[in-house]
Amino acid sequence: MGVLSYMAEHPGHILALTRAHLWISLLATGIGTVLSIPLGVLVHRVPATRAPALALVNAGQTIPSLALLGLMLPVFGIGFTSALLAITARALLPILLNTYAGLLSIPRSTIEAARGMGMTDPQILWRVEFPLALPVILAGIRTALVISIGVATLAAYIGAGGLGDLIFQGIAMVDAPLLLAGAIPTAILAFAADGLVGWIERRLMRPMTSG
Amino acid sequence: MSCSSPTIAITLDRVSKVYPGGHVAVRDVTLNIQTGEVLVLVGTSGSGKTTTMKMINRLVEPTSGSIRVGGEDISKINPIQLRRSIGYVIQEIGLFPHMTVAKNIALVPSLKGWPKPRQNERVAELLELVGLPPDQYAKKHPHQLSGGQKQRVGVARALAGDPDILLMDEPFGALDPITRGQLHEEFLKLQRRLRKTIVFVTHDMLEAIRLAERIAVMDGGVLEQVGTPREVLAHPATRRVADLVGADATLKLLGLCTVEQALEALGAESPDALGPVIRSGDSLKDALLTMVACGRASLPVVNVDGTLRGRVTLQGLQTALAGQEKDRRPQGAARGQGTHA
Repeated sequence: MGVLSYMAEHPGHILALTRAHLWISLLATGIGTVLSIPLGVLVHRVPATRAPALALVNAGQTIPSLALLGLMLPVFGIGFTSALLAITARALLPILLNTYAGLLSIPRSTIEAARGMGMTDPQILWRVEFPLALPVILAGIRTALVISIGVATLAAYIGAGGLGDLIFQGIAMVDAPLLLAGAIPTAILAFAADGLVGWIERRLMRPMTSG
Repeated sequence: MSCSSPTIAITLDRVSKVYPGGHVAVRDVTLNIQTGEVLVLVGTSGSGKTTTMKMINRLVEPTSGSIRVGGEDISKINPIQLRRSIGYVIQEIGLFPHMTVAKNIALVPSLKGWPKPRQNERVAELLELVGLPPDQYAKKHPHQLSGGQKQRVGVARALAGDPDILLMDEPFGALDPITRGQLHEEFLKLQRRLRKTIVFVTHDMLEAIRLAERIAVMDGGVLEQVGTPREVLAHPATRRVADLVGADATLKLLGLCTVEQALEALGAESPDALGPVIRSGDSLKDALLTMVACGRASLPVVNVDGTLRGRVTLQGLQTALAGQEKDRRPQGAARGQGTHA
């Protein structure tokens, strides 16, 4: 098989691309998380912010990633920053929606018990709402990470590197093994990320559900 | 803890709650709750009973009127501090599912900044108090407990900060009748020891009768009557109270007493060995029904093992009904405010 021999011949190159790919995906998901969770809390607390916030993140989700990259170019130029922002835009929606849904799923009576016992609003948020919503929020982060790993292949298009390099080269040169040498590690990364975060989710859920 | 002259723990003075849409949830309620008494707010849903209770810990702010706790106007107390000084129990769902039993119970002490060892001590002490061995239950999560156990933990949690006042919002509502009965017994036993001031909300008149020293009946946001269970049962102040009490008020009262309480010595005539008998632990309601069913004015009373104890008579039932109030009441307790215009 051409793929395997290519990979065997260039392990250092593939590893470097994989590392760059993972780095930009994690960074985008991280920034997305840092932006989306507070936004999700805001949307949950202040109903008036719901429509504009959702419109914003929906835009990030529905504008094709390639177009988004194109939009970033004039502002941030070729390279890492533009790619990072385009990927981050795709990571926002799942985390925001899941933060909101997670907070919404907590029974009112639980919150009222907390308030009735004399917890302040920040204490209720940190000690009751976040822990209870965490599995749902994590599921959102997991979705965002998997999306980011997929979208990050496009980063190569504007010179930001990653496994997309191999894919685009493979397409340009009609070289299937080269294309697969980029595509297969990308798929493995996505599966691994999904599995790992899913495992963390289940670990967190355990005390609340099983005997 | 003074057991002598009753002092007022909570005063509601012409309290109303009107919601923005104009809906009047509570209308002009005036009520004194005495230190160490169990006052049960009873009414149908929408009667304003829960809203009234929630105004005491400022979960709901009154639109007009004032509330004093321990003589202090609560609108001048920081609500966070106020709530930490008042125990709060709601239906089982109020336990935090992500915290262990110990963490749930230690919540208020930890909010109050107690040192960790003192918190742990308190948890163990309270679990013992509600009959759950700490070494078995402290580390469990709420979903691992039965409904009755959850409720015991809920009570322990409310007691953790050693509050003088407990607010209980239908705490036993979601339980099966047998567990409920057990918890009623334990509640009364615990209360005899602790003598907390308890405001208890329920829609169940029978539960109110069982637990209350005084009942406050609410309907449509209005306080209809305040009185001892016997007063409310025997003399409902309004049509709505009578409806809530039901047509079988006397039977309910009799259901509250055991045959033991109306036990008399045997008369001159020897009891009919073949006739119906009643056990000393049965309720007077059972005794009455048996008498009616077999057309007798008295029944022999036997122990569980079948040995003869004495007898119970129709006359004795009436006396017991009349005397029941005295047994249940702490002496010297003042009357309620009665009906409301």
